[in-house]
Amino acid sequence: MNSLRKLDAKAIIISLIGFAILQGLLTADILDNFWELNMILICINIILAVSLNLINGYTGQLSLGHAGFMAVGAYTGAVLTVNFHTPFLISIIISFVTAAILGAMIGLPTIRLSGDYLAIATLGLGEIIRIVIMNVNYVGGAAGFMGIPKYTTFAWAFFVMLFVVFFIKNYVNSSFGRACIAIRENEIAAETMGVNTTKYKVLAFMVGAGFAGVAGCLFGHTFYIVHPSSFTFLASFNYVIMIVMGGLGSITGSIAGAFILTTVSALLSAWPELRMIIYAVILILLMFYRPQGLFGNIELTSLPIFKRFKGGK
Amino acid sequence: METMLKVDDINVYYGAIHAIKGISLEVNKGEIVTLIGANGAGKSTTLRTISGLLKPKTGTITFEDEVISGTAAHKIVEVGVSQVPEGRRVFSNMTVMENLEMGAYIRNDKSQIKLDLDKVFHHFPRLAERKKQEAGTLSGGEQQMLAMGRALMSAPRLLLLDEPSMGLAPLLIKEIFEIIKDINKEGTTVLLVEQNANMALSIANRAYVLETGQISLSGDAKELAASEEVRKAYLGG
Repeated sequence: MNSLRKLDAKAIIISLIGFAILQGLLTADILDNFWELNMILICINIILAVSLNLINGYTGQLSLGHAGFMAVGAYTGAVLTVNFHTPFLISIIISFVTAAILGAMIGLPTIRLSGDYLAIATLGLGEIIRIVIMNVNYVGGAAGFMGIPKYTTFAWAFFVMLFVVFFIKNYVNSSFGRACIAIRENEIAAETMGVNTTKYKVLAFMVGAGFAGVAGCLFGHTFYIVHPSSFTFLASFNYVIMIVMGGLGSITGSIAGAFILTTVSALLSAWPELRMIIYAVILILLMFYRPQGLFGNIELTSLPIFKRFKGGK
Repeated sequence: METMLKVDDINVYYGAIHAIKGISLEVNKGEIVTLIGANGAGKSTTLRTISGLLKPKTGTITFEDEVISGTAAHKIVEVGVSQVPEGRRVFSNMTVMENLEMGAYIRNDKSQIKLDLDKVFHHFPRLAERKKQEAGTLSGGEQQMLAMGRALMSAPRLLLLDEPSMGLAPLLIKEIFEIIKDINKEGTTVLLVEQNANMALSIANRAYVLETGQISLSGDAKELAASEEVRKAYLGG
């Protein structure tokens, strides 16, 4: 337990140093606006990947509707900020709540499904959310919601991301997380151990969806506009690709997956056609040589090199 | 003797299929009772209904004077009934230790859990050797032991065993059945579902013979093992 705390402290210190360096580079204009935007995007995608990993990787419920929850958060945040002038933090929190409620509402009826069936149901529900938004004039309909102030700075994105990563990490390491993993490993056995499988599946759905909403809220306040086309099922697939690439059941993996894929698409932004091909090649190679993803289900903090790092004595 | 589990005229359906047609049975405290029968007779279905994984359409199941039919499976564990599901179903990516800890999921009494863990390791010394190994890498017999150990970690008063001999070598089956006897001696009542009627009848006090969803015979295990009908049908002459 104590060594876990120490690891946490180490991870936080390293993150803060990393943040200070990056923020310094931004302030000194060594990294330009383009990279600032991408660093924010990386943070947002990490939130999405880590929260999706809770549902797909740890609880084993294949969900393809993550962009739908993100959309709910993005629009909730936008409406609150623009129409009700709520402070940014409050917008973020309420985005979490609305997306989580929707996650539970969708989770409850679909949770009886499993595997392919659940995937198709969540895919459909994600699309329904998007199409409903597209037809509500109050939020701009198909034209999107414009005029959102740019509140999301790198610092906001980074610290919210840090919070989400630690939240999910602690969730996964708690008895809740054990229950989720047991459900993934064998649902019937979990049930016969006394795990209330419905409760934990819906809870994972809720928490995952809620943080997707948070990511959506940050996303909306980055680009001045939220538009339904940002939340298609292709976006959902993108997040699934990130976590599969990093390794289902590894938070480090989700972070790495989100980081790598976002960076790759930023670097290749001048050649959008090429981007998808390179994406595909990376994935095919990865699945050939490392089907369990980059990190499998191992965390960086459990690797010996990390323990030795920074005065382990 | 004190009745621990009482199954009263239950009917279970899989959709339109009437799998269990009015089964009644009793398990007394301290006994080993076995349900034997051919494939598809409804043995596992009966067990799954008792543990709450399936719901009976009619009929009641009472455990220590508490009606448990209709209670969710995860609540029935808390009452004191634990099932070792058919085909072991260990959590393959968790270590042996983590599997056993999952068995104690519903409990908070740390010191008692520690004692029960020692008990499990006493029954299954091989699990102690393999504590840190992932369950998926264990052999079939070891996985069966782990599944049993895991069920014992919830400190059940009634242990439901579904085909513990499935897919195991004869020598290993003998070992497992010896352990079942030991567990029973230490005070856990056992309801055992088996295809291997010979082995099951040799350790049980009483037995029920199931045929197409109904109980065709019941009685003392030794007498049933000797009876002409059972010998012909299940023990190969």
